[in-house]
Amino acid sequence: MTNALDVSDLHVTIAGSHVLQGVSIEVPVGGVTALLGRNGVGKTTTLRALLGLVASTGAISVLGTDVRGWSTHRIVRLGVGYVPEDRDVFAGLTVAENLRLAERVDEPRYDEVYAIFPELRERTRQRAGTLSGGQQQMVSIARALLNGWPLLLVDEPSKGLAPRLVSELADALERVATLATVLLVEQNLALVRRLAQRIVVLDHGEVVHVGDAHELDDPELAKRFLGVTGVR
Amino acid sequence: MNAAARRGVIAVALVAVVALIPFVGLHLPWVLPSTVNVVNSTGTLEVLALCFIFAGVALGYDVIFGYTGLLSLGPVMYFATGVYVFDITLTHWNWPLIPALVATFAVSLVLAVVLGAVALRVSGIAFTMVTLAFAQAFYYLIEDNPHGLTGGDTGLALYSTRLPAFMSGAVSNTRNLYWIALGFLVVSYAVVWLVTESATGHVLVAIRENERRLEVLGIHPFRYKLAAYTLSSLVATGGGVAYILLIGTAVPSAVASVTVTLSILIMVVLGGAGTRWGAVTGAVLYVYLQQYLLKVAAQPSFATLPAFLRVPLSQPQFLLGAIFVLFVLFVPGGIAGVVTRRRLRRAAHRFDLASAAPSIPLEEL
Amino acid sequence: MNVFLALTFSGVALGAVYFLAASGLSLIYGLMDILNFAHGLFMTLGAYAAWDVASHLPASWGAPLLFAIAIVASILGGALAAGLTEVVIIRPLYGRPIGQILVTIGLDLAVVGLLLGGFGSNSLSVPVPLWLIEASHVGGLSLPNSDFVALIAGAVVLVSLELFLRKTRYGITIRAGVENRDMVSALGINVGRAFTLVFVIGGAMAGLAGLLYAVVFSGDLISPTQGDSLLIFAFIVVVIGGLGSIRGSAVAALAVGLVQDYTNFYLGSHPGMAEIGNLSVVLLLAVVLEWRPRGLFGSTL
Repeated sequence: MTNALDVSDLHVTIAGSHVLQGVSIEVPVGGVTALLGRNGVGKTTTLRALLGLVASTGAISVLGTDVRGWSTHRIVRLGVGYVPEDRDVFAGLTVAENLRLAERVDEPRYDEVYAIFPELRERTRQRAGTLSGGQQQMVSIARALLNGWPLLLVDEPSKGLAPRLVSELADALERVATLATVLLVEQNLALVRRLAQRIVVLDHGEVVHVGDAHELDDPELAKRFLGVTGVR
Repeated sequence: MNAAARRGVIAVALVAVVALIPFVGLHLPWVLPSTVNVVNSTGTLEVLALCFIFAGVALGYDVIFGYTGLLSLGPVMYFATGVYVFDITLTHWNWPLIPALVATFAVSLVLAVVLGAVALRVSGIAFTMVTLAFAQAFYYLIEDNPHGLTGGDTGLALYSTRLPAFMSGAVSNTRNLYWIALGFLVVSYAVVWLVTESATGHVLVAIRENERRLEVLGIHPFRYKLAAYTLSSLVATGGGVAYILLIGTAVPSAVASVTVTLSILIMVVLGGAGTRWGAVTGAVLYVYLQQYLLKVAAQPSFATLPAFLRVPLSQPQFLLGAIFVLFVLFVPGGIAGVVTRRRLRRAAHRFDLASAAPSIPLEEL
Repeated sequence: MNVFLALTFSGVALGAVYFLAASGLSLIYGLMDILNFAHGLFMTLGAYAAWDVASHLPASWGAPLLFAIAIVASILGGALAAGLTEVVIIRPLYGRPIGQILVTIGLDLAVVGLLLGGFGSNSLSVPVPLWLIEASHVGGLSLPNSDFVALIAGAVVLVSLELFLRKTRYGITIRAGVENRDMVSALGINVGRAFTLVFVIGGAMAGLAGLLYAVVFSGDLISPTQGDSLLIFAFIVVVIGGLGSIRGSAVAALAVGLVQDYTNFYLGSHPGMAEIGNLSVVLLLAVVLEWRPRGLFGSTL
């Protein structure tokens, strides 16, 4: 069985600084793999490089296909959903338009999406820019889920959300994880512990640790790799 | 002798050789831009002088565009300031040379600081548009011929009894005007060299590379940007003064229209933005080619060519525009980029440092 | 009062032509960050396409039919020129925004040079039906029929463009792309196709603007450099309206058309103020930008 994602020796240089210096990651099919690390170590850049949104060198295989040099839309159409940092919903478009743009298959799974986020059904005609942060996050995740794709890249979904919303989000993501393989970038360790089975830790543009999510139960280790103590 | 000293000697020698061209009576067929195929003919000297003037202006423009990374579409305004203020103070008001010069540069300085400060309040494309709009407003003003000062569309010929005899537009003075143009280029080069090699110059490049990082360091980019804008404006004004002395007539379409700005931009990009000798090379090539192509198209044998060749070849604007498009597409970094890359490749070959080759300035242009 | 109303009418007609010229420019900038200097060229080529077709078809077809064909030719000519431009010289430069601006400058110079060589700098006359040169009497006012044509064309294009952008999938893709190009491709959409599409749409509108400008404001005459002088005003309209905003372009086009028309009429006859209409437009730009650096409706800059 091939992995959902196989990355080896990934290098990215942005505006003269060497952001990723040979990152290698394997994401097996099924479950949640968390990509961890301090701010600015290159987690978001890794996801963007996987999608061809920034230029990179190295080998990237997505769902068993070598995608070196591919343009973003072709990579995505292999079956990759992307939930970017800061959600990036189209503020001037309605919720329905946001979702309509994401439709890539003949029968988009609106039922599944609305089952996880019932609130969105009532807000289809509302402009996404007028939604709350939590609602925007729902739209962003819904866009990634709509096509029933096997791999999701999710970047800091809890960023900027109130604690109550984070627990709702965790419920939603738990259901999402039963539908697809997830590579999750997240700073909230409680969320990671609840969702993830595997962890990959980045530091200074390199992978410094790969292991089991249970290791995060040890506060010393969490502190050493992430510079945080326990839950934020 | 170290590299810097060697380059200095080469530069002085080059200027000396170029300064001696008016004494070279060599007969050269084919390559000269004038119908008289003699190196020191009036026509050829005039074209060369024009090359020097635009080389200086392009150098100044390179400071704001190539080094600082700001796409200003306003340089023609300061060029036209040099042309018209100098012309008006001499021709209409009969001022002596020195006060006229001082007034010209003073007007340019005030315009540059005030309009530069306004334009630099916005950034990116908006900055480009505001500079274009100001320059366009200036053009309309000149066309309007306020109080009969500019002559409007018909233009304003330079005529003054106060001008030193050796500077007047008489044909016998062409070599003097040639030297004045060369002098302007040398001074511009020296000023631009001093500024770009100084600490200020490094800040300008840093603004181009990453303005936000500078702000984090506590440096206010605005002042530096305004200084670069003003410097390039003053150099353009100097070019305008040299131009009106050489050509003798100010016509808005030739010295104040947006076409002049675009030509200057093209010169810098052809030669290689962000390099001094690139800007000079680009300007000299551009002006020389333009005049040369005009001469070729005017020859009687040209009329016998079939239309599909004659029509495009008779239009320097077409040929230069097409060359420019090809350069942007296939020769990023301009002529200077090609040379730098070749030099890097040779150095890399010699030291086997292929992977450590530094990046080329403004490669993305 | 009648003079003022008639002035307002012609100012609005001028605004309609500016809108046609500017809205494509605004979309292209909004989606692709390209300041398209070749847009004036698209206007010129649209006008020449119209002239070429209308003056080579048999006159026996009748002036109205020929003019209708000329309109279609201007639209197709502009669209074709713009589409080719995007595919051939813009596409290889994705990721080099300044390079993209520079090639449009070079293309404009080169092709205008070619037109000057082929047709000379003299103006050519587009054949138009007689009624287009006449005026209609509406409530005591005598209004040029050509102004009505410009106005109707502007209104039709504004409405269809809004419908296209709101209701169709391509339209929604373009609006989304103006906001965030990367995210559009991250949804699996080939954003390059949207690039070509906005160029084609922008070029079509520019071609029509080129023909209408000739018919309405320069006595049916076209010349190789006409588009370039129109382009400056189109730029100003786009920046005042806010880059990327169609409604902004519409409002700004009206404002610029009216300001130019009023100042030209009331002040332009004074000595040394022949260019006051053009000057006041630049002044309007400076004022708007100082007050709102992103333009009236701009969100991204």
